[in-house]
Amino acid sequence: MTRLTIPKTYKLYIGGAFPRSESGRSYEVLSAKGAFLANAAQASRKDARDAVVAARSAVSGWSGATAYNRGQVLYRVAEILDGRRAQFVEEIAASEGGSAAAATAQVDETIDTWVWYAGWCDKFVQVAGSGNPVAGPYFNLSVPEPTGVVAIIAPQGVKGGSLLGLTRVLAPALVAGNTAVVVADQSRPLSAISLGEVLATSDVPGGVANILTGSPAEIAPWLASHADVNALDLTGAEGLDWIDLEISAADTLKRVTRPEPGVPERSLDRILNAVETKTVWHTKALI
Amino acid sequence: MKDIEIQGRGFLEYAPAPESTSILHLQKSYGLFIDGDWVDGHGQSFSTISPATEKKIATIASADASDVDKAVAAARRAYDKTWSKLSGADRGKYLFRIARLVQERARELAVAESLDNGKPIKESRDVDVPLVAAWFFYYAGWADKLDYAGLGAAPRALGVAAQVIPWNFPLLMLAWKIAPALAAGNTVVLKPAETTPLSALLFAEILQQADLPAGVVNIVTGAGETGAALVRHPGVDKVAFTGSTGVGREIAKAVAGTGKKVTLELGGKAANIVFDDAPIDQAIEGIVNGIFFNQGHVCCAGSRLLVQENIHDEVVERLKNRLSTLRLGDPLDKNTDIGAINSREQLERIRTLSDIGEREGAERWSAPCVIPENGFWFAPTIFTGVETSSTIAREEIFGPVLSVLTFRTPAEAIAKANNTPYGLSAGIWSDKGSKILAVADKLRAGVIWANTFNRFDPASPFGGYKESGYGREGGRHGLAAYLTNATTKGGRK
Repeated sequence: MTRLTIPKTYKLYIGGAFPRSESGRSYEVLSAKGAFLANAAQASRKDARDAVVAARSAVSGWSGATAYNRGQVLYRVAEILDGRRAQFVEEIAASEGGSAAAATAQVDETIDTWVWYAGWCDKFVQVAGSGNPVAGPYFNLSVPEPTGVVAIIAPQGVKGGSLLGLTRVLAPALVAGNTAVVVADQSRPLSAISLGEVLATSDVPGGVANILTGSPAEIAPWLASHADVNALDLTGAEGLDWIDLEISAADTLKRVTRPEPGVPERSLDRILNAVETKTVWHTKALI
Repeated sequence: MKDIEIQGRGFLEYAPAPESTSILHLQKSYGLFIDGDWVDGHGQSFSTISPATEKKIATIASADASDVDKAVAAARRAYDKTWSKLSGADRGKYLFRIARLVQERARELAVAESLDNGKPIKESRDVDVPLVAAWFFYYAGWADKLDYAGLGAAPRALGVAAQVIPWNFPLLMLAWKIAPALAAGNTVVLKPAETTPLSALLFAEILQQADLPAGVVNIVTGAGETGAALVRHPGVDKVAFTGSTGVGREIAKAVAGTGKKVTLELGGKAANIVFDDAPIDQAIEGIVNGIFFNQGHVCCAGSRLLVQENIHDEVVERLKNRLSTLRLGDPLDKNTDIGAINSREQLERIRTLSDIGEREGAERWSAPCVIPENGFWFAPTIFTGVETSSTIAREEIFGPVLSVLTFRTPAEAIAKANNTPYGLSAGIWSDKGSKILAVADKLRAGVIWANTFNRFDPASPFGGYKESGYGREGGRHGLAAYLTNATTKGGRK
């Protein structure tokens, strides 16, 4: 006798909790071969706004944590993810198709990406900051700081990218102390929500990372125009009317990252896309 | 003060000491500087006037879309054929030449700037023009060291840069824009502000003296439409703008979906926070410098004074005393502290917002100074009893008007300071270093001055958070705004 399985209910990840969409909507997620996998929550405008509220309220804690602490928390994500590799391989293989080896490689690369970015937390300030030799008796230092709340459209429908693509845009946003609202790959969202479970059990404070599933075309305009969002990462928005999103973001002068095909590389630039340089002048006594 | 008045003359009255304008050899009219030559503009030419006298200085050409097109084409040709083929060392040598020429002609440039802009000669002479030379000198040295700019080996220039600058620091803003652009290997089309084109046109003569290859820098004068045509031109790769947040928004929209890289230096409503343990003498001078420097026409001006409640009365009284000694008048007079408001339009804006401040219940005090008959003037003004929600605590006035608010705790000071959509600058006054550093950490502003204000240096990055814009000018960061690494695809604009 085979045991009857207990399928998981895939929900959103907002403020450290897993709510259904307030709209009550869900959509069918199909395997690469067209078989039913799950009903994912279809996030609404209000879910997006709730996620921004959660992200905003998490900014001071996360950006105020020491860089060492943020690094350990992001490393912890890799640890917990590593312990659940089999589940992620299965989800990715089912939804993307392709070989188990390819799915395994994607999960491994995802884990390594978290490790890579974890290590940047207490280093990017030294690389991107500067001590400035001004012509006067001043101690003058420029340091990068988080910009605040980053809204992200994760890569959509990229082969080998349903989990890795999202990680490659989410992890760098968190390094500096930003909080994020990320819209997952619409057609293959399951591993993203499972990643939410990993984040929830990795000491990532609630609200630091918020994951929405549903239609990027529906959700993105609300994030682009939201006055409490500081930066808009359109990496996965190539298939959307992203120029309109950029125009909308200009109303509050958001920092915009333009679309990029495929899975983005790991890069310091991605961390620096969501930082502000603060320069502090301090007088020196004339002795 | 009254005790030491002698025969009706105040203690601090000085005989007039105007700087001579004989050092200037101005043309009656100026064309556009395109491809190394002066050409006529096809728009309606206009006059530039002295805001202190309302007298005409010169006739200025106006560039229409076809002129902008020619300028961009000239910049592209110069980029393709000349500038991108030069070694970094040679680009640097041109910039060093420019720095030296600015120093040689410093007095002339200062007089022209004060004449056209209305700022006191002591500021144009001691701040604007020396910083212009310093900016070119600093970036000259970067031109052959781009591998060390933090973008990996062999970063690339972007191409043609469209640069639109404001009227408050005409020549200095030109230097902030042109120096890093050329050092990084870009060519430039720059549009000076409509009311202050003069020093940019003198600068074009300096470029000729430096023998800078034709088309590397093109200067097109005109009003807002000229600037709009320039930043929207499909032939430009980079847009750099300093000016109002409203126009900055329009530019951000105009470049959406293009490949253009953008830096925006926009408005501000800086908090200048004075704690009760501040060195008060210095703080008073710093507050004055923070908001009355350059008639308050400064995007990073400390226009919101946040003073700890227990020293409010003392600070305000001392400020009033200090402001009563400021001399308002002829910008060319070496003793002048407060010059002319740059334009009638700006004067109207300052008056309107000040009237709103009064209507909303704040108490207005203006320094008792004699206002000259002609020209545009506004006496240094303080508003006390200002609420966080008051219009004059929220809107950028861009004039010599200070709004005073109070706070009790550092947390309240931080909350009030950050309670604005802007985030360009802030000031902190305290003798306690640990408090300064803690407060500086929490302020959402791109430049923070501790126990000083309105300091600028080419080595020091400058730029805003939030709706004060994005990108930095100055330092290595300012150079990076004109470069891309060889492998970049996508990325932040």
